[in-house]
Amino acid sequence: MTTNLETLPASDKKSAGAGKPTNHRKPRESRGTLAFSRAQRTKALTKHAILILAGGLMIYPLLWMVVSSLRPNELIFREPGLWLNSLEMSNYTSGWSALTHPFGHYMINSAIVVIGSILGNLISCSMAAYAFARLQFTGKKLFFGIMLLTIMLPFHVIIVPQYILFSQIGWVNTFWPLIVPKLLATDAFFVFLMVQFIRGIPKDLDEAARIDGAGHPRIFLRVILPLMVPALATTTIFTFIWTWNDFFGALIYLTDPDMFTVPVALRAFVDSQSATSWGSLFAMSIVSLLPVFLVFLFGQRFLIKGIATTGIK
Amino acid sequence: MSAISELSSLSRKKGKVTAEEKKANGRDNKAAYIFLLPWLVGLVAITIGPMVMSLYLSFTDYNLLQPPEWTGADNFIRMLSDARLHNSLRVTFTYVFVGVPLQLAVALLIALVLDKGLRGLPFYRSVFYLPSLLGGSVAVAILWKQIFGTTGLVNQVLAMFGIQGPGWISDPGTALGSIILLHVWTFGAPMIIFLAGLRQIPVMYYEAAKVDGATTLQQFWRITMPMLSPIIFFNLVLQIIGSFQSFTQAFIVSGGNGGPSDSTMFFTLYLYQKGFGQFDMGYASAMAWVLLLIIGVFTAINFIASKYWVFYDD
Repeated sequence: MTTNLETLPASDKKSAGAGKPTNHRKPRESRGTLAFSRAQRTKALTKHAILILAGGLMIYPLLWMVVSSLRPNELIFREPGLWLNSLEMSNYTSGWSALTHPFGHYMINSAIVVIGSILGNLISCSMAAYAFARLQFTGKKLFFGIMLLTIMLPFHVIIVPQYILFSQIGWVNTFWPLIVPKLLATDAFFVFLMVQFIRGIPKDLDEAARIDGAGHPRIFLRVILPLMVPALATTTIFTFIWTWNDFFGALIYLTDPDMFTVPVALRAFVDSQSATSWGSLFAMSIVSLLPVFLVFLFGQRFLIKGIATTGIK
Repeated sequence: MSAISELSSLSRKKGKVTAEEKKANGRDNKAAYIFLLPWLVGLVAITIGPMVMSLYLSFTDYNLLQPPEWTGADNFIRMLSDARLHNSLRVTFTYVFVGVPLQLAVALLIALVLDKGLRGLPFYRSVFYLPSLLGGSVAVAILWKQIFGTTGLVNQVLAMFGIQGPGWISDPGTALGSIILLHVWTFGAPMIIFLAGLRQIPVMYYEAAKVDGATTLQQFWRITMPMLSPIIFFNLVLQIIGSFQSFTQAFIVSGGNGGPSDSTMFFTLYLYQKGFGQFDMGYASAMAWVLLLIIGVFTAINFIASKYWVFYDD
């Protein structure tokens, strides 16, 4: 660990210097302060070199997938570079209609589950969070402790009986098993996130509303909810991404191709494909990542804040 | 700050009753339980009920069609001689105990490089964070399947240097490594947590150390590491719990069978095969409880060990 820290910058210094020799390596008048800032500048340059290298390596596979999806199929196995000679849209058209339904069908299915989950989480988690953050009641500590513990509970421990339960009420191959748990605040992480947020809202506001004769439902709806919009946004964004990507739940509950969400549809695609259709598989993979990418672009602020304060994975 | 520190402070504060809580007439039981109603129903119907049920099922033979038949500790005894299960444990442990430290080390390293007023920080942060949002998806698992295939991207690059690479995911010796690499690739989320933690360390500590002539290395070991240790601990606990449950990547990359020759047969994958492939629900439930137990034990060990290396400022 430490050896890495110390040796990496040193070895990268040369390559960084070689890349842009003129700006930073030119000898300047040697006054004490300038020498100091030059050392700092070299250090910053080294850092940038490391970061560009590491970042490029990280992102390269994704860029390559995008470029490959726009290439004729056979090039995927021969062309590791990123340059495009021509734009080939055929992978997208063939991939879109490669399965029983057009790919849009699965995206609509996913969208239904996502919207249901978001609404469920927003309503149920904010209600629970208000109780935990603002109300005094018997068993509060116990319940709060249980709530925190359920954040860490592995899904597998409950999946078998849950499946039995939902199959007995005829919910297999419906979206209910994926949405109803969210309506019941089982994503405890968001309860915790909201509790943290509500604790930061000054209590004077509640008190003022109470003096004006407002009850808890009113304080919750008129005072707390409008003030916790950032926490609600974070919840919305994370629920979107997690639900959109959710594979395990959909794999278990959705076996009818009519009901497939995007991840299980992609899985059916990858299982059915012959070695020649990687291009269209890539194309649909990119289509499936696009909504997450857009949410990331526009909701980054909330994502980063959300992780930094609660440590969501 | 975090769910974990909250939990440990809950247990620490036990017995201490604040003035506010003493005021019995300040309670709003009725309102509180109405607000908590969805959560309470979920707790009973979706979490605790199924947990109890799965504990019961783990002592039965149950195939969904016939009613469960009590078989005592049979499932657990069968596990003792189930070689595929032992293998799946080995695969999972390797994944967790190689993947998690590696991922956290990279996350910490990049966070340290990114820390403090570097120009373009938001851009870099986004670049490093993006993979952790996409990494859990089927799409990225598909990408990985291609990249580490026999004629995949990695081998194409190697071929440029005249190296003939193996079929990374079709070779039992390297398949798990490819999936571990995918886990390391998603280091962005712990990196963000580290960055937030680094920002909390008062600059004056470093200034004082510099005045005393401490080297960068000394500053790292004497200031950064102790101050960051609660965050490292927090990341460690969360990542270990999460990694034990890892499923999608191994499932997609191996085509659902944990191959080649069971080298990517994660415990969760085997559980899925038993429960939802062979409908051996009793055995799957028993496996689920073993998983819970393993996660519980390692989390407990983590908490106990933390007394020796985690430094709390307060």
